[in-house]
Amino acid sequence: MAKTLVEKLWSRHCVADLGDGTDLLYIDRVLLHERTGSIALKGLAEQGRAVRHPDRAFVCMDHIVDTRPGRGDETLMPGGEAFIRETRAAANAAGIRIFDIGDNRQGIVHVVSPEQGIALPGLTLVCPDSHTCTQGGLGALAWGIGSSEAAHALATQTLVVRRPRQMRVRFEGDLPPGVGAKDMILHLIAAHGAGGGSGYAIEFAGSAVAALSVEARMTLCNMAVEFAAWTGLCAPDAKTIAWVEGRPFAPKGTAWHQALADWADLVSDEDAVFDKEIVVDCAGIAPTITWGTSPQHALPVTGFVPDPAHAADANAAEAQRRALAYMGLEPGQALAGLPIDGAFIGSCTNSRLSDLRAAAAILKGRHVAPGVRAICVPGSGLVKAAAEAEGLHQIFLDAGFEWRESGCSMCFFAGGESFGKGERVVSSTNRNFENRQGPGTRSHLASPVTVAASAIAGRIADARALAAQPVEG
Amino acid sequence: MEKFIRLTGIAAPLFRANVDTDAIIPSREMKRVSKEGLGEGMFADWRYSDVANRVENPDFVLNRAPFRQAPILLAGANFGCGSSREHAVWALKDYGVRCVIAPSFGAIFQGNCVRNGILPLVLPEHELATLVDAAGPAPLTVDLDGQTVHSADGRTLSFGIAPADREMLLEGLDAIGVTLKRLPAIKEFEGAYRTRHPWMFA
Repeated sequence: MAKTLVEKLWSRHCVADLGDGTDLLYIDRVLLHERTGSIALKGLAEQGRAVRHPDRAFVCMDHIVDTRPGRGDETLMPGGEAFIRETRAAANAAGIRIFDIGDNRQGIVHVVSPEQGIALPGLTLVCPDSHTCTQGGLGALAWGIGSSEAAHALATQTLVVRRPRQMRVRFEGDLPPGVGAKDMILHLIAAHGAGGGSGYAIEFAGSAVAALSVEARMTLCNMAVEFAAWTGLCAPDAKTIAWVEGRPFAPKGTAWHQALADWADLVSDEDAVFDKEIVVDCAGIAPTITWGTSPQHALPVTGFVPDPAHAADANAAEAQRRALAYMGLEPGQALAGLPIDGAFIGSCTNSRLSDLRAAAAILKGRHVAPGVRAICVPGSGLVKAAAEAEGLHQIFLDAGFEWRESGCSMCFFAGGESFGKGERVVSSTNRNFENRQGPGTRSHLASPVTVAASAIAGRIADARALAAQPVEG
Repeated sequence: MEKFIRLTGIAAPLFRANVDTDAIIPSREMKRVSKEGLGEGMFADWRYSDVANRVENPDFVLNRAPFRQAPILLAGANFGCGSSREHAVWALKDYGVRCVIAPSFGAIFQGNCVRNGILPLVLPEHELATLVDAAGPAPLTVDLDGQTVHSADGRTLSFGIAPADREMLLEGLDAIGVTLKRLPAIKEFEGAYRTRHPWMFA
């Protein structure tokens, strides 16, 4: 019988059918970070339960670590260092490898794992972090879980999972110049709502996805969770294989050739049946930016803030009114030209080398507008080093950006650093929720090139006016 | 884990769509590596007009009688979307919430509820709307065994739930303990899996 890619991955990992659409799935890799992984390890230890395969679990310090140069365990977040130290102690006690502060491989878990070859096509991979779907960009079945489920995965190497419905989103045609993966996913969520993927595993496919770089596919999959999907993924292809080959934890020699043979089948069969299919014509996607407090509140950068009077229903109107009030916007206002206070490039969505290159291409020879605080946080120590080897850091620094150590940084506010109350920030991150980047901070999500162009203009700006070259972020 | 069988209590209406877990428990309210004491930070940005000094916002539903300490929340679609933080569920539990009724939930949040003795109850929007009128001082009764919700004005609504989730809640099961009983099957799978995908273990 014809199968989707997800169904193939599912059946490879099915230990037992538990009935009623629920299976016990085998888990190949468990990733942890210091905010939610710490408590999973602590809980297991308290229950006197062992980690079954410590060699298949990995810890990244990313959520709470400071990103200012010269950092140690101390953070600006009150009590933050306790998360770091308790996680380190628990991981060491369990015999789990740590990508720790001071190790140049340290970084955001969803950047580090693919970069190290921990995430690979065909694997099941979980992490108590909602953006684990990022790693689906390599053709892994990767999804976010809670801390209790992480403890379950560590103790049993399995999880009890309900079979998701199957969706395929086909992005067809050529992306217009200046439009990339971030714009694609924001466009999709705006069109179908932040709940549009609820209950589904989504395969991103179509000619435009095939044309994306592997890193851009990770950007696309990263925000599947903002679409309420259980996860997202892309079928691995020759680009994926080339990207994965030679990475530290990727198979080598004979094992590599076995892996290639094993991955050849990781594609949805031609006559596979999906419960739902969405086709997006890429010609209609513009550089996209959010105006409100949900990722579905997204518009072309040339667009105008909606009027709640024209909302679909009373609930939508109320949500829009609330969002407008929080964001300090008026109905009908143009997004382009709105003065900004901050610009942030980083996060598991857009902090890879290709993202930094795309932003640097805009920033080169230019300077951030007066009064704008601009920050770049590379996704890992290795991304940072690679960027520095190309001289990208100098472009960021010359443009007036801060150049940081790796971590999740100001994607969210944990009591440490934030842009201030009422400050308007254009951000390459994934969540524009109320207070996400700090109490009262107004976040506009966009691609790294839109962030860079806006930082220079001091206003929300259309990067196409500055550069007409294709981008991938 | 604490069992969930039947619950009678006040239901507080909080009908915003897409309430995210950052709103349920802001990052800065997660201060220690612990599941305890998170109730105070629940909905902090909405619940307090001055978060630092814990000055209550009188307009927030849970600060108004009779909804203070309500054990049931009536919520909008995609409740608990966003961050995987189980702290959102621990905060609700610590505050005293044992059941959230919504048209849909964030997937990770929904799983986290079941792991912590909170019932994530799905009702279609139009049926949920009929409970709103009843969400005054009169309590609702949620019966997981019978899979029904009873309003004080005598109406009964049925709801569906995944059988595994239902059993987990009704029995208060230790999920890891249940799976560890299948360890022989897991080990057998592992052996065959290793043979099929040797590169993974090279």
